[in-house]
Amino acid sequence: MPEKQISGKRKAYIRIMKTLMAVSVILTFSLAVSVVVYVLIKGIPNISWELLSTEPSYLTDRIGILPDILNTVYIILATLLLVIPLGVGAAIYLTEYAKNKKMVAAIEYAAETLSGIPSIIYGLVGMLFFCQFLNMQTSLLAGALTLVIMNLPTIMRTTQESLKTVPQSYREGAFGLGAGKWRVIRTVVLPDCVDGVITGCILTVGRILGESAALLFTAGVVHTVNGLFEGLSNAGATLTVALYFYAKEQGEFEVAFAIAAILMLLTLGINLLVTLVGRYFKKRRSI
Amino acid sequence: MSNIITVDDLCLWYGSTQALHNINIEIPEKSITALIGPSGCGKSTFLKTLNRMNDLIPDVKTTGKIIYKDRDIFSPSVDVNILRKEIGMVFQKPNPFPMSIYDNIAYGPRTHGITNRIKLDEIVEESLRDAAIWDEVKDRLKKNALGLSGGQQQRLCIARALAVKPDVLLMDEPTSALDPISTSKIEELALQLKDKYTIIIVTHNMQQAVRISDQTAFFLLGELVEYGNTEEMFSRPEDKRTEDYITGRFG
Repeated sequence: MPEKQISGKRKAYIRIMKTLMAVSVILTFSLAVSVVVYVLIKGIPNISWELLSTEPSYLTDRIGILPDILNTVYIILATLLLVIPLGVGAAIYLTEYAKNKKMVAAIEYAAETLSGIPSIIYGLVGMLFFCQFLNMQTSLLAGALTLVIMNLPTIMRTTQESLKTVPQSYREGAFGLGAGKWRVIRTVVLPDCVDGVITGCILTVGRILGESAALLFTAGVVHTVNGLFEGLSNAGATLTVALYFYAKEQGEFEVAFAIAAILMLLTLGINLLVTLVGRYFKKRRSI
Repeated sequence: MSNIITVDDLCLWYGSTQALHNINIEIPEKSITALIGPSGCGKSTFLKTLNRMNDLIPDVKTTGKIIYKDRDIFSPSVDVNILRKEIGMVFQKPNPFPMSIYDNIAYGPRTHGITNRIKLDEIVEESLRDAAIWDEVKDRLKKNALGLSGGQQQRLCIARALAVKPDVLLMDEPTSALDPISTSKIEELALQLKDKYTIIIVTHNMQQAVRISDQTAFFLLGELVEYGNTEEMFSRPEDKRTEDYITGRFG
C-alpha cells in the first residue's frame, strides 16, 4: 500500500486531539479512584467492632450504628418483598398479555418518566400519603412503601426488557405442545429471563442503600435497635440517612466516614455480585 | 385409506390482506403430504392454521371449516390445547427449550398431567427411539439440549412432539436450517414415522417432496393450484403453473 502523506497541520491536530483524550481519561479515572481511596482511608480506621455492634447512647457519649445497619436490612427486605411481585407481575402482564398497544406504550412512558423524578419528590409524596393520609406516622414501613413506588418502574422495565429477549421460538415450541399461556410463561419464559430479573433486584438494593432524601421524610432518623416487625412500624434511620445526620447535625465526621466506607464497600460488593450473576447465567446458558 | 383432515373452503386474512383463498383439500391418514410453492405462497400459513398456531398472531381472521375427527377445529367447543397435543408441530429452526434433554421431552407429557417418574422415563426413551436419536443422547439425558448439534436438536424437537402421542405431525421446512446429512436423517425418519403418524410437511426443496411424500399440494399466491399423487404430479402436472414451477421456470 502506498504511503499517504499527512500534512503537518493534520499531524498536529491529531496529536492535540489524542492528548486531550488522554487527559480526560486520566482525569475521570483519578477522580473516581481518589474519591474511593479518600473515603476508605478516612473511614476504615474508624470502623470498630464497638461501632458496628452497639446502639448510640447520649449518657456514655457512645456512638454505634447497629440500629442503622438493621434498619437498612429491614427496609431492603420490606421493599423487595413488595416491589418484586408488583414489578414482575406488571411486566408479565404488559409484555405477555396486554393487547392494547397504546395503553402499554402509555404505561411504559409513565414508568420512564417516574424513574427520572428526583427522589426528594417521592419523599414528599410518601410523607403526605403514607405517613399522614394513611396515618402510618414516620416509620420504616412508610419509607419502604415510598421506595417501592420509587423502584417499581425500574424493576418493571428491566423485567420487561428481559422478557423481550426470550426467543419467540421457545414460546411457539411450548404452545405447539398444547401448553396454556400461563404454563408457557411459568415454565419456559420466566426461567429463561430470571437473570435479568435478579440483576434488576440487585441494582434496586443498590439504589435503596444510596437513598437518603426520600427516607428523611418518611422513615425518620431514630437509632434504636428493634426486631423486624417492631422495626418496620417505628421510625428509624438507614445507614445513608445516619451518615447525613452524623455529619450534618452532630459533626461526627469520623462516624460519617466510617459509614461512608461501609456503604462504599457494600456498593462494590453489589456491583461485583451483578457481574457474577451475569457470568453465572451466561455460563449456564451456553453449555 | 381414510381422510384425517378435511379442509372446506378455507380463507385467511392478515388484517386486510387475504393470504389464503378458498382452500379445499383432504389429507389421508398415515401418509406424507408435501406442501410446495414459492416463498409467500401461503403454504406455511396454511400449515399453521391446521393446529391454530395462527391464533397467536393478532388480527388473523379465518372463514371456512377444517374438519378433524368429525369436528370443525374452529368451533368454540374445541380446546385448542388438546388440538395442539393431537396435531403436533416441528418448526423451521430447531427450538429446543434451554433445559435438559430429558426435560425437553418430558415437557409435553408433564403439560398434559403425567407426573409419574417411571411413566415419564418410558415416554422419554420411546420418543427418543422413535426419533432415531436415543443412541446419541442416552448417556447425557441430564445435559442441556442446547449443547446438541443443529440436526440433533431438530430430531430432539421431533421426539418432543412425539412425546405427547399426536395423530398428526406438522413440519414447517424442518430441514431448511440443516446440513445435507442431517437432512437425509430427518427424511429417513419421516418415512419411518408415517407408519404411525400422518405427516404434513412444508418444503422449499422439490427433490425432498419427491423423495418422501405420497401426495403433493402446490400453492401459489394463496391458492391451492394443484393437489394429487406426488409421482403423477411431478411427471404429468395438470396445471401450466405447476409445470412451470416444478421445471424451475420461476420460484
